[in-house]
Amino acid sequence: MQQVFKRPVSLKDVQTHFCPGCHHGTIHRLVAEALDEYGVQQRTIGVASVGCSVFLYGYFDIDVVEAPHGRAAAVATGVKRARPDSFVFTYQGDGDLAAIGTAEIIHAANRGEDICVIFVNNTTYGMTGGQMAPTTLVGQKTSTSPYGRNQSKDGAPIRMAELLAQLKGVAFSARVAVNSPKNLMDAKKQIKKAFRYQVEGKGFSFIEALSACPTNWGMNPLQANERVGSEMTDYFKLGVFKNVENL
Amino acid sequence: MARIEIEEARCKGCGLCTIACSRQLLVLSERINYQGYTPAQITDQEKCTGCALCAEICPDLAIVVFR
Ligand SMILES: Cc1ncc(C[n+]2csc(CCOP(=O)(O)OP(=O)(O)O)c2C)c(N)n1
Ligand code: SF4
Repeated sequence: MQQVFKRPVSLKDVQTHFCPGCHHGTIHRLVAEALDEYGVQQRTIGVASVGCSVFLYGYFDIDVVEAPHGRAAAVATGVKRARPDSFVFTYQGDGDLAAIGTAEIIHAANRGEDICVIFVNNTTYGMTGGQMAPTTLVGQKTSTSPYGRNQSKDGAPIRMAELLAQLKGVAFSARVAVNSPKNLMDAKKQIKKAFRYQVEGKGFSFIEALSACPTNWGMNPLQANERVGSEMTDYFKLGVFKNVENL
Repeated sequence: MARIEIEEARCKGCGLCTIACSRQLLVLSERINYQGYTPAQITDQEKCTGCALCAEICPDLAIVVFR
């Protein structure tokens, strides 16, 4: 018998601090598998954000820079321009990328920086206790929307993958989920495609990964996983919104 | 012939493997591991096909699969 499932070498053999059923761990692994696939571990510089994924440097066996809240895409721009031979990706939550970091992501994308962005959308600010994010669904109760998100007051949830796909500088944009084996296999494929853009020097790529946050949704892990596949994918449709080179 | 090994100390008892297993072979045990969670266990190793879906969905890389 052979071992058919192994930890990717780009991921350290340590336990994570993520809550039970949190999809951050799965998304970390898929990113590490893609780094392995292209053999770029030694020249990769990850840019971590502020949020539950702040310990990127502790989990990935790569070099990592910690960006101030929301600024990962701007920091990644600097890293890639200073070291064009490196493989650069950011890993950001929705509070980080779609709220405080909106300006940075839009302009990095619009400039078509040769970087990859992994955007983890769990419809809330996980690390700080579940406040409303720009991605919180209408009606969703959070600690700052105790009666549910009100569209007339708070606006409708932002669909980042579609929004960025409209920018000329963006080469690839897709939304994936990891809640079921089927979605997970597709997520692997799309992350690899996104990374291929940078490996071949073909421009800015964006992956929005839907993610469960059982703790702040007030659900058990299975209920939260189920919510990703129902309520969340109803509004945040999975798919590829741009693929300029047809990779 | 296939076999899985669950690293109990790593398992957070989220139960995602129990819904991913194509043959419903995984359940959460009643034991409590050192993290305070009830780790997953396989009910019938003989029936495992080694498809590795449990390992794929596990957010904590707590399952290794041999085939
Ligand atoms: C400048 C600044 N403002 C606010 C904070 C507090 N803060 C820490 S994490 C966070 C939000 C994280 O949410 P998200 O990006 O969705 O990531 P998640 O934790 O859900 O993975 C905030 C507002 C901070 N650290 N720095
Ligand atoms: S608070 Fe939410 S996002 Fe943060 S580790 Fe827990 S489940 Fe994951």
